[in-house]
Amino acid sequence: MAYRSYILVCGGTACESSKANAIFEALNIECRTHNLENEVQIIKTGCFGFCEQGPIVKILPEDSFYVQVTPEDAKELFEEHIVKGRELTRLLYNKDNSKKHAKVEDIEFYQKQFRIVLRNCGFIDPENVDEYIAREGYVALEKVLFDMTPDDVITEMKTAGLRGRGGAGFPTWMKWNFTRQAKGGQKFIVCNADEGDPGAYMDRSTLEGDPHSVLESMTIAGHTVGANQGYIYIRAEYPLAIKRLEIAMKQAREYGLLGKNILDTGFDFDIEIRLGAGAFVCGEETALLASIEGKRGMPVPRPPFPAVKGLWGMPTVINNVETWANIPVIILKGGDWFSRIGTQDSPGTKVFALTGKIRNSGLVEVPMGTTLREIIYDIGGGIANDREFKAVQTGGPSGGVITKEYLDTPIDFGSLTKLGSMMGSGGMIVMDEDDCIVDVAKFYLTFSVEESCGKCAPCRIGGRSLMNLLEKITKGNGTLEDIDQMKEIGSAMKRASLCALGQTAPNPILSSLHYFEDEYLAHINDKTCPAGKCKSLITYTILADKCIGCTACAKKCPTNAISGERRAVHVIDQAACIKCGACYDTCKFGAIEVR
Amino acid sequence: MAKMTLQELRKLRDTKKTEIQKRDINDKDTQVVIGMGTCGIAAGAKTVLDAFLNELDEQHLSTVSVTQTGCMGLCYVEPTVEVNAPGMPSVIYGKVDDAVARRIVQEHIMNGKLVSEYVFDKPSADIIKDGGK
Repeated sequence: MAYRSYILVCGGTACESSKANAIFEALNIECRTHNLENEVQIIKTGCFGFCEQGPIVKILPEDSFYVQVTPEDAKELFEEHIVKGRELTRLLYNKDNSKKHAKVEDIEFYQKQFRIVLRNCGFIDPENVDEYIAREGYVALEKVLFDMTPDDVITEMKTAGLRGRGGAGFPTWMKWNFTRQAKGGQKFIVCNADEGDPGAYMDRSTLEGDPHSVLESMTIAGHTVGANQGYIYIRAEYPLAIKRLEIAMKQAREYGLLGKNILDTGFDFDIEIRLGAGAFVCGEETALLASIEGKRGMPVPRPPFPAVKGLWGMPTVINNVETWANIPVIILKGGDWFSRIGTQDSPGTKVFALTGKIRNSGLVEVPMGTTLREIIYDIGGGIANDREFKAVQTGGPSGGVITKEYLDTPIDFGSLTKLGSMMGSGGMIVMDEDDCIVDVAKFYLTFSVEESCGKCAPCRIGGRSLMNLLEKITKGNGTLEDIDQMKEIGSAMKRASLCALGQTAPNPILSSLHYFEDEYLAHINDKTCPAGKCKSLITYTILADKCIGCTACAKKCPTNAISGERRAVHVIDQAACIKCGACYDTCKFGAIEVR
Repeated sequence: MAKMTLQELRKLRDTKKTEIQKRDINDKDTQVVIGMGTCGIAAGAKTVLDAFLNELDEQHLSTVSVTQTGCMGLCYVEPTVEVNAPGMPSVIYGKVDDAVARRIVQEHIMNGKLVSEYVFDKPSADIIKDGGK
């Protein structure tokens, strides 16, 4: 069968929620109407990464990149591009209306990216194992089963220098080696797909777009360390990823790539899915293992590490989704090839979920050592609405803020820790001048406090106390002593908490205190919020010389706090005002002032 | 599909690889562009397109992209086909049919030899850019 055109429709969660399924169906209907099923292949792929512009439809071989497509566009798109053979220019990605045809390689969002983990996302149909196989899929498994000894695999991983992508950056080969050398009959392989950082979704997208890469590498690990059972622990909020994993596992079993007697070698390895209920702490490895065992998800002190004493007390290799997705490529191309990408400290690439006040939000995979400036300005297109960059939060609720002065830092595990933040799972939330740093710190702390399992006192009580202090400050009741107390509690939590959740929970406060102490002081000494976010500290007033009495704000006000005659200056009743900011957004004359 | 052995897996991969490579535009070094305006289609460009796709498939050539374009303005010699192959001048063929299309694949693309009697034009842009090689 020779197709002349290929239509790739993004089937990631983000695009599906903007009706990508309906677009896919509508294109198929068009295809049947025109009797072109034998000439045009329509494929639903994983995430393209450029979520800002979704839903995305890419047509090959022309490499036309259509963005923000709606189901209503499908008919016109099909008739123009496929039937008449001309591009539908109004839907092409077009950054500044200058270029008619933006080829994918010209799009600045993709230019600095280097895709290892996301190599198949947006290219193959994740629900069809044949497509994965056609892209060198399961070649790494062949190599491991037929041409390499387990020692060779460990050596290759060591040469590669891959470090765990889940946050802590522990060398993967060492984990594998511990488990390989550990005594004990039964051993286990676990995939940590309990992605929980606010704003991070690279693991979900990898599983949705390329599930076989994870299955293949878990099988490789099983063969290397001597395990024949694997578990994927994934949160139940990821229904699409779960569905695609289940399809992938079924197809791999049918082909004899998973299950009993893999590729007729006598090696057995099977995988089961375990659904998590969405507790953030279950991303911590010991809590995760407890949850798989059916217990309440609470961490236990380490050592012993899971590599030696893990699931049901047996040696267990536990790696995160992104780490797993790297492994087939390392086996295929060699550890030496892999180690040349990225930095000496952290070889390879990292996927970042770029969100917040950024023009091109989406998934970005870059070599380690890329600077924040390149990610935020070159790939991300800079700050949305031409506002000023203020800071970027990396590592989610466990990380910290990084300011303008450090934008040129090449990022890897070491450099981020040095700046008081961390890599974490790769969430990257960009803030502009309208974001209040105290408010942001409060947001992350609220998350950590809610997600604390409550087992150890430093995290349970320390988190709550920090929260009380922050609330006091944002209400305008803070004192200078509060800052010292926050630092004290924070450093105690870092040292005394049982697991990483508590140890890193104070990071957003400590790092924002370090870089933006003046903003905290403004809240405490001047009782003002410079960004105008903390409701207790701001008032909205109408400037008499600018108000023309158009009544627009009064109509918008949800509490009827604004009064005034038509064509006369309006006034806000401060007692009734709930500080929602609706009047500020509505006024076309700049007559509303926030202080 | 039953469980596979190593040989079966490799065989499956080879078959599927040729299929999926057609979709990969990054490894294409040769472009075949078929004029598919009204004039071209009326003169049989659709047959020519099919002929190219099938012949490329039969010859297991995966580095050639086949795309369509509108009318090239040479309506009197339709169907027209432009071929850009590495190391060869960029050429427009006229009055192409199924047999000619298959000859273009075998002679021009595979053996680096022009199918001279059907060469209609060498676009002047090409002469200027590459010194008319």
